[in-house]
Amino acid sequence: MNSIEVKNLTKKFGDFVSVDNISFNVKQAEIFGFLGANGAGKSTTIRMLCGILEPTFGDAVVGGCSVAKNPDSVKQNIGYMSQRFSLYNDLAVGENLDFFGGVYGLSNQKLNERKKWVLKIANLEGKENLLTGSLPGGIKQRLALGAAVIHQPDIVFLDEPTSGVDPISRRNFWELINELSSEGTTVFVTTHYLEEAEFCNNIILIDAGRLIAEGNPKQLKTDYLKNSIYEIESDRVIEALELLEKQNFVVETSIFGNNIHISVEEKFNDLSRINKLCEEGGITIKRINKIVPTLEDVFIHLLGNEKIL
Amino acid sequence: MNLKRIRAIAKKEFKHLFRDIRMLLILLLFPVFLLGIFGYAVNFDVHHIKIVVYDEENSMISKEFINSLTKSTYFDLVGYINNDSQIREILDEKKAQGIVVISKSFSKDFYSKQEAKIQFLIDGVDGNTANIIQFYSTAATQSLNAKLTTEVLSRVGTKSFMPIDLRPIFWFNPDLKSTRFFIPGLIAMILIITAAVSVSLSLVREKERGTIEQINVSSIKSSELLIGKTLPYVLLALVNAAMILIAGYILFDVVVKGSYPLLFLSTLIFLIASTSIGILVSVVSDSQQVAFSIATMVTMLPSFILSGFVFPIESMPAIIQVITNITPAKFFINVLRAIVLRGVGVFAIWDQLLYLILYASILLGAAILIYNKKEAKN
Repeated sequence: MNSIEVKNLTKKFGDFVSVDNISFNVKQAEIFGFLGANGAGKSTTIRMLCGILEPTFGDAVVGGCSVAKNPDSVKQNIGYMSQRFSLYNDLAVGENLDFFGGVYGLSNQKLNERKKWVLKIANLEGKENLLTGSLPGGIKQRLALGAAVIHQPDIVFLDEPTSGVDPISRRNFWELINELSSEGTTVFVTTHYLEEAEFCNNIILIDAGRLIAEGNPKQLKTDYLKNSIYEIESDRVIEALELLEKQNFVVETSIFGNNIHISVEEKFNDLSRINKLCEEGGITIKRINKIVPTLEDVFIHLLGNEKIL
Repeated sequence: MNLKRIRAIAKKEFKHLFRDIRMLLILLLFPVFLLGIFGYAVNFDVHHIKIVVYDEENSMISKEFINSLTKSTYFDLVGYINNDSQIREILDEKKAQGIVVISKSFSKDFYSKQEAKIQFLIDGVDGNTANIIQFYSTAATQSLNAKLTTEVLSRVGTKSFMPIDLRPIFWFNPDLKSTRFFIPGLIAMILIITAAVSVSLSLVREKERGTIEQINVSSIKSSELLIGKTLPYVLLALVNAAMILIAGYILFDVVVKGSYPLLFLSTLIFLIASTSIGILVSVVSDSQQVAFSIATMVTMLPSFILSGFVFPIESMPAIIQVITNITPAKFFINVLRAIVLRGVGVFAIWDQLLYLILYASILLGAAILIYNKKEAKN
């Protein structure tokens, strides 16, 4: 069953086409990754899916309601957490939850029940009188997610929820996302961290408003990247990169930490050629091996080097 | 409209207010403080004008004349001089604002039935005060004249009478205290500033912090949001209004002559008009700083200069008179003066209340239009 069905969704601002005729489906209870560079049209798409921006053309059915015809009913069924921390820092934890619960029409016993649940997932049990502004970043993020789903929506939109959070908190946050999804909530998430995208059941990638890739992480790596990827560790990274870029069997190069990733034509398998070339250039190769491509390799291939996520 | 949601927003807004106790105290006490400052400082009543007498004659009549000036509280005699070279010095150093010069021939002229002339030198730098000094001295002289005429005529056996005796009686403000006239203007000015500024800040704060996004995606309607967010500030402003009236009563003896329910209703309508200024400002500004500057500018100056608070609108050029309609304070001051000073009923002020409602509708309409236009662009 599909939670979200997007059909030919388009948004124009004057002459500028921000979202260009995209279509995709999101299944119920899956974690759906929505990726794209800054300015690719991610936020515009999310705003349309949340019913706060009217599409120029096309439509999306979110939780059974059309965003073009019935945006107000869409809002009842969704939760939303923005990339900016959007709780009130000058209010206590409990007061924030009272507010967002009240906004969604919860009261009395139901509200108390849900508040308890949020406090539990945010590790804030018994601390509801703490001032929200005094909480550490990771906890704030969990609290914000809890507030976004306080009314138990079927679908929750997370717009770059982990930006600016430390790696451990990020991992804990993703555990929480998994929990939500296993309880049946559809999670629609955008992120800049491609290792996070690996946790998604399905992913789409958009560029300049167009959908350019979709599938699960495994499919993306095999369907969209026919070339082989080699990882090379050397003593002089930059020089090695410059040298390899010039070779005609090399399709793409990129730097991953201290290593270089090169993607080469499918039929190429002569590793000694690389070794020899580098030796002539005075570069010592410490290690070279063929690797399973990461999502980053796929996206660099798809978007070109100038548009790293 | 969903009352539950409005309550949730209003409750949250109250919590913001009470979290920042310092700000709350400022909001509550500042108006009373302003009233004190204005009430005592902005005072066009002139009393205790210092005068110096240069009496070259020192006769009975000259003394009587000086007495007639100084027996009121308007003039204080601060000294005598006996040399006209001192006149310049006294006015230059502002030792006195007026000098009465009585010539040597004063009694002689008087008894020889010629006009006895007295010179009154007035410091004209402050035109307004100078005018008042002239008015007071003329009045004092006239009453002395009448008395003297009666005496002189009775000595020759004729009964004297005044051809026309004009007796002005001042209603509503019998002793012509200007504080009584100012307090309605002050209330209007303080309320419009606090209401517009606090509402615009509270709305823009949500934009600045990004919390407005979270509210936008919820099922709250913008009307619910606006009512919930402005309600606490309207209540606060009503408390302010009550405090100003109480302070006005304690400090300046201003008593509300008209009906309190009508006063409450009018104040509420005025506050809705004032908050609609705040709402419009919040739509066009993206930071609290900008909102604060715009809101204070568009409320403070017009409500001070154009509202009839200080300067009478009737004496402004026609074009300026039209411009005075940009501030709702103008209508509210009319209403307040009517209710507080004159104690009239709704029949005398309904048109002003209608203007206020119209004003609020126009501004709210404009705010909604601009907001929708901006939203479509994002």
